[in-house]
Amino acid sequence: MDDSRPIFAQVAENIENDIISGALPEEGQAPSINEFAAFYRINPATALKGVNVLVDAGILYKKRGIGMFVATGAQEQLKGARRDSFSSEYVRPLLAEAEKLGIDSAQLTQMIAKEANNS
Amino acid sequence: MTSTIEVTNLSKHFGKVNAVNDVSFTVAENKIYGLLGRNGAGKTTLMQLLTGQEFASSGTISLFGQPPVENAKVLQNTCFIKESQRYPEDFRPKDVFKTAPWFFANWDQEFADRLIADFRLPLDRRIKKLSRGQLSSIGVIVGLASRAPLTFFDEPYLGLDAVARQIFYDRLLEDYANHPRTVILSTHLIDEVSNLLEHVLVIDEGKLLINEDAETLRNRATNVVGMKTAVEAFIGNREVLHRDGIGGLSSVTVAGLSESERRDAHAAGLELSPVSLQQLIIQLTRTETKEFEASA
Repeated sequence: MDDSRPIFAQVAENIENDIISGALPEEGQAPSINEFAAFYRINPATALKGVNVLVDAGILYKKRGIGMFVATGAQEQLKGARRDSFSSEYVRPLLAEAEKLGIDSAQLTQMIAKEANNS
Repeated sequence: MTSTIEVTNLSKHFGKVNAVNDVSFTVAENKIYGLLGRNGAGKTTLMQLLTGQEFASSGTISLFGQPPVENAKVLQNTCFIKESQRYPEDFRPKDVFKTAPWFFANWDQEFADRLIADFRLPLDRRIKKLSRGQLSSIGVIVGLASRAPLTFFDEPYLGLDAVARQIFYDRLLEDYANHPRTVILSTHLIDEVSNLLEHVLVIDEGKLLINEDAETLRNRATNVVGMKTAVEAFIGNREVLHRDGIGGLSSVTVAGLSESERRDAHAAGLELSPVSLQQLIIQLTRTETKEFEASA
């Protein structure tokens, strides 16, 4: 947890990452609020707020008396949302830094192609 | 929501000193509160008033709907762990844990035993031979294992090492999750506890300065860093909480920014960084406002 964003938002994002990576599979049971709170060392009310963000978005759903589960289609839904924000989250800062250093877009394209080949 | 504590216009004077000065607030049931403030701000006096160990000069206090002073019904449900708890001359830790269950209806011996092992507390050593940290761990164990519906920790960990403090935080969270109760934690180590708190009370010179949800408070301030001229142009006549500068660079703490203001700041080439709860409280409670040229 860092201080830069609300902690509940970071909890939600970490759960999203686990769903995208497949660590939390669809229709699998998510950890409980208390488990999240103990793991991240945060107040359970904060953990609940983070989980509720994902419940409201339809990523997680509650089974009464049993716990929370990952919805079918959650992984694709999250990937879609991340793709939509990819430009503003990654490409724009990249361009801004490149411009600061005098790297033009042709050079940048070349650098990306080179890195892609290496990996 | 039920209030566990209701305080109205509470004051406590010692001679000419206003240790607690016209303070009003409520504490909601089953939340973890941070009671923060500088040395001598009035934190301990406030907790002594709340637990009936001091008489108020004026104002009213209600715990579980009743006044706390000489009220067994209220005090049975209240546990107050003091920074420097004194014990009878010949007491050993095992005597403390033998007597504690007499005072706390919800005492959990198994939990206490587990904590004693966690903190590696020697049970048979005389209390006056214990180290400062071991002494503190007795208080922490009593405070946790008592499971009192209202628990006060006043600087509970003087002398506790980092490992022991982490054990305290972990056990507190774990046990609070399974047995919700109202906890009021007074501490100087704000960074260490800030994620545990749900609500924050800050007192300064006897006055209640902040009474706010911890999450709201964390988002309350932002550091704006950049070239002095750009920073000054951006902040305009916004309320400035703190100002630092080095050379042509300026770092200014301002109250919460909206999304569009954040975009404006980025567009102006300014860097935004968060202000931790600890930094925010330091800035709000320090009296001198001189500009430090050295630190940025």
